[in-house]
Amino acid sequence: MKQISALFLAAVALAPAAAMAAETPVRGGLLKFAVSAEPPNYDCHAQTSFAFIHPVRPHYNTLLEFNTAKYPAIKGDLAESWTVSKDGLTYTFKLRKGVRFHDGSTLTSEDIKATYERLRNPTGGVRSVRQATYADIASIETPNAQTVVFRLKKPNSGMLASFASPWDCIYSAAKLKQDPRFPERNIMGTGPFTFAGHVAGSHWTGRRFEQYYEKGKPYLAGYVAIFISGAPMVNALSAGEVIVEFRGHPPANRDRIVKALGNRAVVQETPWVCSLVVTFNTKKKPFDDQRVRKALNLAIDRWGGAQALSQVALVRHVGGILRPGYELAASEKELLEYPGFSRDVAASRAEARKLLAAAGVPNLSFTLTNRNVAMPYTPVGVFLIDQWRQIGLAVKHEQLETRLYLAAQQRDKPTFDAALDFNCDFMDEPNLQLQKYLSHDRAPINYAQQTDRVLDELFDRQSGELDRKKRYAILREFEKRALEQAYTIPTIWWHRIIVHHKPLKGWHITPSHYVGQDLADVWLDQ
Amino acid sequence: MLRFILHRTLLMIPTLLGVAVLVFFLLRLMPGDPVATMLLGDAGGANISQEVIDQERARLGLDQPLAVQFFKWFWGVLQGDFGVSMWTGRSVAYEIGIRLELSLQVAVMATILAVLLALPLGTLSAIFKDTWIDQAIRVFSIAGLAVPSFWLGMIIILLLLTYFSWIPPLTFTSFVDDPWENLSQLIWPALAVGYRYSAVSTRMMRSSILEVLQEDYIRTARAKGVMERLVVARHAMRNALLPVVTVISLEFAFLIGGLVVTEQVFNLNGIGKLFVEAVARSDFTMIQALVLLVSVFFVLVNFVMDLMYAFLDPRIRYR
Repeated sequence: MKQISALFLAAVALAPAAAMAAETPVRGGLLKFAVSAEPPNYDCHAQTSFAFIHPVRPHYNTLLEFNTAKYPAIKGDLAESWTVSKDGLTYTFKLRKGVRFHDGSTLTSEDIKATYERLRNPTGGVRSVRQATYADIASIETPNAQTVVFRLKKPNSGMLASFASPWDCIYSAAKLKQDPRFPERNIMGTGPFTFAGHVAGSHWTGRRFEQYYEKGKPYLAGYVAIFISGAPMVNALSAGEVIVEFRGHPPANRDRIVKALGNRAVVQETPWVCSLVVTFNTKKKPFDDQRVRKALNLAIDRWGGAQALSQVALVRHVGGILRPGYELAASEKELLEYPGFSRDVAASRAEARKLLAAAGVPNLSFTLTNRNVAMPYTPVGVFLIDQWRQIGLAVKHEQLETRLYLAAQQRDKPTFDAALDFNCDFMDEPNLQLQKYLSHDRAPINYAQQTDRVLDELFDRQSGELDRKKRYAILREFEKRALEQAYTIPTIWWHRIIVHHKPLKGWHITPSHYVGQDLADVWLDQ
Repeated sequence: MLRFILHRTLLMIPTLLGVAVLVFFLLRLMPGDPVATMLLGDAGGANISQEVIDQERARLGLDQPLAVQFFKWFWGVLQGDFGVSMWTGRSVAYEIGIRLELSLQVAVMATILAVLLALPLGTLSAIFKDTWIDQAIRVFSIAGLAVPSFWLGMIIILLLLTYFSWIPPLTFTSFVDDPWENLSQLIWPALAVGYRYSAVSTRMMRSSILEVLQEDYIRTARAKGVMERLVVARHAMRNALLPVVTVISLEFAFLIGGLVVTEQVFNLNGIGKLFVEAVARSDFTMIQALVLLVSVFFVLVNFVMDLMYAFLDPRIRYR
């Protein structure tokens, strides 16, 4: 174990971004990486999973993108420059010249307009899961082929970052005009790699796009994303059949791969913009009673749980509704004031018992609906059940296959009691993370089903607030109410661990496994 | 014999028709709307409107009466068109085709291995009954029955990884394109599956030979002074093969779609994995075609088995 730790520390020390940047990239080579799931279709605008981003993102560009070496800094992708009006209502983007789609056609502002119209107002059977993100856009104008102007109905402090969303692939206006659902089964972007093939159940391949707008890039000749998961994936990484998996590993897998590879392994770690949240079905008794939900929140020892679970699972950080460490997140001192975050667990649990007794359900028994994905759903589910048992509750653990698990929460009148839901985003942004806490009619992804106009109003206020300090204060109000009402409660935030082979260069870990995956800067030192 | 072949061929038609009707209507009896399940099951499913669900249902023809759906599908099947996968959007025949080569090859390799091991080992075990040779073969074959193929597969992978820092290739290459690459991927699952397969066949071969060796005609042959080797090879083995052929044939048909866990261990993109994916993604058209495919294999294998019975035992005459 000591040897593993030493190797791990050495590997982490070898990883700094500055050292990577100093090296001269080499052109050529085929990057083979693992993806532990497979995309259901090819449309960026309808997807939410890394299983889609990792193989598909290299075929596309977005308007802006994150500078992964300096996260959360934003840089231009198809936009060469941009300006935001002082009132925060007008965003003007100047596009790069000479950007070509993979079919040879030239990108213009019409393509940007068509893409964002499709995102904010999907028609003809098109699915856009980001419609709400762009609800504040009033109009999109294209004064000339290289300029696009977005006019907003009201200020939105998260809007600029939204334009860097990795999900908002820019499509060809001409193709969308022919068939609005063209991207569902076809790949045609401006990205650094062209689509070479997809063998469902096996792998996805991309080849370098020789007419890519950034001269000399991409460095790789191509890539192969191999769909493989669990122990076979760890074996494949250890044997070098794949050299990286971009989502993240639990500590045990990290140690196993590092042990197998020795000094050929590089480990990169960071807190993750992902957490598991417990959702209570507020349409069902006794979870419609705030005292019951609060009691269940109070029973959880998050500090002890984080310490114990981080040894076996990819969760590590105690935080509220925003990722700990993010500038708008609550400090530890503030967290300790919230229900369920006190370090005096015995006192919290005593209060929880009183609340349950007052609600008339001192010996409550219910089912926790969970996903049958081992990491980190199973250990966190088991942990929660253990916590609730300590206040005398009997909880059944129901682990369902992903599709059934999601359907159980998403159906019209859900019948689940409590569910372990996930909250993963492409960046730290309250407008995204708070969606899980809004009223159900405002945010369909909040499966707790509640209506709470106080939270909705606080959300709107923080979203429209351009002053960071004022926004921070509103967020604390929101957080306090959300945790007091406990429709949905955060558990423990994730910790992202990536192990890759040493020859992989030009890739930087970020707190999100969705960003930095276009592979344009990645190269192989071999 | 020709009449028999024709008769059996014609009998296949109602069997397969029955399977087609059953699989089509049983899938439709399942609770819930497949389109809603398919779309709502995505992480972004909460945003799916009823309009999108209705449009998707119409696109897939699921808004039509059941009888119309069945006849459209069945007419397509008769023409070799199994429809389009609801998951991949590509032709079902194409999706099955790219996996069938792999699954068939693993099945054939495992069968060859099983036959090569089972026939001599089963015979030797019977001839040398209760000697150390018999005991050793019995230990070998009982171990094969006790050890699941997927577990053996995991051990093979871990041994290769530990001692050679190597694992079989993760993507399939056709034997025609690169025989070495192809065999270096498929020989290991064939070994893992073939061992269990050979164990079943060895046990069957042993007991069958032992039974045949008690027959009157064997005693007669021995009394006539026929050499023991010839008694076994000409008189015993041929007659003992009938139950072994049955076991081998049924195992072969099973291997086409039944290697779900072994395919997972070796990351093989075979028919078994496709079956699981199709069910998980509510891909009705794919499930229908796969059930039909496996049924066709079982029917064909049974047909070939009947022909082999006639060849192996001339006393069997079909009318």
